[in-house]
Amino acid sequence: MSIFEYNGSALVAMVGKNCFAIASDRRLGVQLQTVATDFQRIFKIHDKLFVGLAGLATDAQTLYQRLVFRHKLYQLREERDMKPETFASLVSAILYEKRFGPYFCQPVIAGLGDEDKPFICTMDSIGAKELAKDFVVAGTASESLYGACESMFKPDMEPEELFETISQALLSSVDRDCLSGWGGHVYVV
Amino acid sequence: MESVFGLVGADFALVVADSSAVHSILVHKSNEDKIMVLDSHKLLGASGESGDRAQFTEYIQKNVALYQFRNGIPLTTAAAANFTRGELATALRKNPYSVNILMAGYDKETGPSLYYIDYIASLHKVEKGAFGYGSYFSLAMMDRHYRKDMTVEEAVELVDKCIIEIRSRLVVAPPNFVIKIVDKDGAREYAWRESIKDTSVPTA
Repeated sequence: MSIFEYNGSALVAMVGKNCFAIASDRRLGVQLQTVATDFQRIFKIHDKLFVGLAGLATDAQTLYQRLVFRHKLYQLREERDMKPETFASLVSAILYEKRFGPYFCQPVIAGLGDEDKPFICTMDSIGAKELAKDFVVAGTASESLYGACESMFKPDMEPEELFETISQALLSSVDRDCLSGWGGHVYVV
Repeated sequence: MESVFGLVGADFALVVADSSAVHSILVHKSNEDKIMVLDSHKLLGASGESGDRAQFTEYIQKNVALYQFRNGIPLTTAAAANFTRGELATALRKNPYSVNILMAGYDKETGPSLYYIDYIASLHKVEKGAFGYGSYFSLAMMDRHYRKDMTVEEAVELVDKCIIEIRSRLVVAPPNFVIKIVDKDGAREYAWRESIKDTSVPTA
């Protein structure tokens, strides 16, 4: 089993009309065994910026701590919150620092930029950014998620419809993946 | 393989561990205490490589004590768990410890809590957790019978059910178990469940 599939995860972020939604599953497992069904994968960096970390749980926790540290330092120095694009570049840089001993994580970044324009992106474990205008996915259920999102997504959805869409896409995908599931956390901003 | 499991009750937390120290096919001793009392209100149940286990848990215990000496107040369970995870995470890519940990504690403000810390430093607060081959049986039993806010008697009944399952279904089942409890009155040994009595070693 790959190291990315050790704990199991599913993450998806979608863009709506002046809003975004980010959702994750809730399972924490150790290969075939489920340890917890309330594991938090999505973290708030600031009111308009969320990051979800798929992959190995220990690296997700370490990476999250480093990112919060860097963002707090940025806030102290710049006296403002980081823009999502800037944050994405920061995550990419931090991941590439460990190019030959990487964090086994795939982050999904979702935020509202200038004039509340929604921004989403994902990257691989060494920081290769993938910007998208509609949706991004990560985790063990990513293939199912690509399919579900592609068929369910419509541009410019209102928050309520976006919530429904992302939830249905997440649930139907994790139901086909034994390593992720046990419910979902959805954040709509 | 070593079994450790634990659960949180109404106002206490229990940690149970087997007590055999095994080296390949040889059982060195069957009254090894794998649950360390970190401080007055914390327990650290550990399973894994015996050298790493003994050394790492002692390291954590001494650092928890040092914090109290330096700052005059004890660490909360959450803080101690996060510190432990930090140490494991730092060592992970240099010289990893093969120790799985269940940390139980009682804080006046937040009550009892149990933290599951993997050997690769994945931390999660849980209500019931288990490690080792015994986890397949104890987790299943706890999933079936565990309720929030159990009393000590109910919890120990559940623990005994888990121990019976482990003893009867695991091919290399450990014969003896130790049960430790932490509540508002502190962390202490609750009971032993022995089916093989070790002869006590005469003190030097």
